[in-house]
Amino acid sequence: MIDDIDRRILRHLQSAPEMPMAELAEVTRLAQATCYKRVDKLREEGVLKATRSVINWRVLGFTVEVSLRVTLDKTQARAFDEVMAAAREIPEVIEIQTFLGRVDLRLQVLARDMAHYQEVYRAQILALPHITDIEALMQVATIKDAQTVPI
Amino acid sequence: MEIDETDRAILLALQADATQSAAMLARRLELSQPAVWRRVKRLKDAGVIAGQALELDLARLGFGVTVFLGVKLATKGRVSLDDFERAVSAIPEVQAVHHVLGLYDYRLRVVARDIADFERVLRRRVMTLPGIGNVEANVLLSEERRPGPI
Repeated sequence: MIDDIDRRILRHLQSAPEMPMAELAEVTRLAQATCYKRVDKLREEGVLKATRSVINWRVLGFTVEVSLRVTLDKTQARAFDEVMAAAREIPEVIEIQTFLGRVDLRLQVLARDMAHYQEVYRAQILALPHITDIEALMQVATIKDAQTVPI
Repeated sequence: MEIDETDRAILLALQADATQSAAMLARRLELSQPAVWRRVKRLKDAGVIAGQALELDLARLGFGVTVFLGVKLATKGRVSLDDFERAVSAIPEVQAVHHVLGLYDYRLRVVARDIADFERVLRRRVMTLPGIGNVEANVLLSEERRPGPI
């Protein structure tokens, strides 16, 4: 079970994942050994699934980011599984999400520029199976990306 | 910035688990520890590695529902965009706000405890935002992040 102490630890850790344990102990007003034990337990139990490095793709030359909203042919029983397996093979696809609503699937696609995007879209995205419709939203700016939840 | 195969291997490893020490990475990639340390520092200094993020099991923390909202503004103009962006960013349940081109003006990622809680956020916080027009909601069922083109 997760208690208030776990929540306090995660609340501080999510806004500064690189915080050293000594500092975490100070801001949470807990003993350092307690912090270690709690964080270990949260990892072990899978509440804290991973701490990941975040890559700034712009610095690597990927300036175009497009959100593709995909509608699938749901008469095909294996449509979701097959389109997701195929999408995993496209390196430029950085997120695959499934939805309940008007949209079935969303693919977040990175490209170096518009020419590269067109290449990925034509050669790889349009070749995905069971797609009936695609709408593209071109990302102009990220206003907020908190990566945090109000724990 | 140009990166080579070794940098790619380091980025892949740190994307999966950023808590790995330089010693661990060095062993896995069959490099010397100072070489790994130098490369990681270079990637951080150049801004390729922008920081770290926690991946949490949101359901276990009581957030059972994630919803993506496509938002169209009813009125446009610079002032209304600024007002909208400031107000929407201040909502704690709104994790991400992206300005987009296409069918919608903004894409929001919203977390809530359950559907009833989401309805509360939608009615009291989102639908009262300045300039808000059409809103489309899609409930997230599954999500996977891929390593990307490295």
